[in-house]
Amino acid sequence: MLSEFDLSVLEILYEDARTSPEQIAVMTGRAQDEVKSVIARLERDRILLKYSAMVNWDRVREDRVQALIEVRVTPQRDEGFDAIAEKIYRFEEVKSAYLMSGAYDLLVIVEGTNIKQLALFVAEKLSTIENVLSTATHFVLKKYKQDGVIMEKETQDDRLQVSP
Amino acid sequence: MNYDKILCERIKNVPPSGIRKFFDIVSEMKDVISLGVGEPDFTTPWRYSDAAIYSLRSGHTHYTSNRGMKELTRLISEYEARFGAVYHPDQEIMVTVGASEGIDLALRALLEPGDEVLVPDPSYVSYMPCITFAGGKCVPVPTRAENGFKLTGEMILPLITPRTKAIIFPYPNNPTGGIMGKEDMEELASVLRGTDIIVIADEIYAELTYSPVRHLSFAAIDGMRERTVTLNGFSKAFAMTGWRMGYACAPKEILDVMLRIHQYAIMCAPTAGQYAAVEALKSGLESDFADVKRMVVQYDRRRRVIVDGLRKAGLSTHEPLGAFYAFPCIKNTGMTAQEFCVKLIEEERVACVPGDAFGETGSGYVRCSYASSMDNIIEAVKRIARFTQRHGLK
Repeated sequence: MLSEFDLSVLEILYEDARTSPEQIAVMTGRAQDEVKSVIARLERDRILLKYSAMVNWDRVREDRVQALIEVRVTPQRDEGFDAIAEKIYRFEEVKSAYLMSGAYDLLVIVEGTNIKQLALFVAEKLSTIENVLSTATHFVLKKYKQDGVIMEKETQDDRLQVSP
Repeated sequence: MNYDKILCERIKNVPPSGIRKFFDIVSEMKDVISLGVGEPDFTTPWRYSDAAIYSLRSGHTHYTSNRGMKELTRLISEYEARFGAVYHPDQEIMVTVGASEGIDLALRALLEPGDEVLVPDPSYVSYMPCITFAGGKCVPVPTRAENGFKLTGEMILPLITPRTKAIIFPYPNNPTGGIMGKEDMEELASVLRGTDIIVIADEIYAELTYSPVRHLSFAAIDGMRERTVTLNGFSKAFAMTGWRMGYACAPKEILDVMLRIHQYAIMCAPTAGQYAAVEALKSGLESDFADVKRMVVQYDRRRRVIVDGLRKAGLSTHEPLGAFYAFPCIKNTGMTAQEFCVKLIEEERVACVPGDAFGETGSGYVRCSYASSMDNIIEAVKRIARFTQRHGLK
């Protein structure tokens, strides 16, 4: 069970992974050592996994393609969906994989340098995995918003600079 | 034409706001980090805006009743109960054009020429002028940092005269960040009990408190409801400043007179804004005000960072427990608040508001708003530290 303080640390880092333990200590009114030990524990428990930047890749390079693949599978006795999911997410091309409710079972997000490469990956690697019944591939054309961040629009502060 | 002869003497002689003067200086400059802003940096949660847009599309573009939409006053009644204030939705609540209108209405409904109104000093800039506009006389009550800028019965007792009609009770306070707890209010109430003094409680920052105890309305204090006009609105907690949505609650007898002014002078608060306000309260009451809480958590973190930064810069800063302002004392720089602010903006491009804009007691202090991004706040306090170091402290 995580404490309120653990959650605050997580929220602060989720918002800005650059925030130093010293700053977190000030923001939360706790001691720096306390913050450090919480972070260490959260890393150990695989709750804090990675510190990364959010990049708008659409503005960096053309040859980066993402696709969402709906995968229908036959779950296996004793293993359920996990074993098939693992066979899928082990591929480097797979960036994210989720078990879903609804019309299909797994949502797999893959990334490659061109549409053909990804299409081939689905046809040759994904569809051929045992117990995969069907796939449906949707290519991402434009990202508007990701993890709460609006990609293109600049948020301008149009407030009066001084007000009562 | 001799306009000077034509224009109303009483109004004409009210000086323009000290903030206005400073606004002119800042607007001339580029790349300024402004800690001078008295409104949230968050934009209105989209759900509220969407509700207003939908109301327009649905053709709800007409007047509402004078006191506001029934659904809204009902929700306000439910909402105020969270702060311990109980008001009848159909008789004791009206929707106003910002809490600002409520201040004006309350004062005009109460004051006869020459009536006196006690106002804690420093306080929001509008009280004194609005008292003057209403023909009254403002009696400042100096508050002190050592005391968390609170108002006490002891302070007001010697200032009460037969002409004292009302007292402005603006907590959580702009510009000091001071709050009044239950015991503080009870002590004040003990002085007011048995008098005919009306309390105009401007509780616009009610949601923005950072102590473990949630804000309690002054009307919730034993025996105070009958003498309290509670003013609140959607600007601060719901990030809706530009919508101009506020409300006033008071015993029917008082509210009816306020409503009469509103009825003739304003007609009703903007309809689209009322729809946005309904959504804000409805979704808030369903989600335990998740939007508000999300913003309060952010303000609280910034508050700690700015107070820590100001103290490290050598400025004694009382801990603000409400609103979104820090109010550091700058006396040890040897400068006046005006000098401090002008030099700070010229040399470091950081804008604060001189404390004397909020009353005489505010000279010697500056108001630093932390309704600004964390990055801005961190950079601003860094610059303030460089500034105080360069000029030396006494």
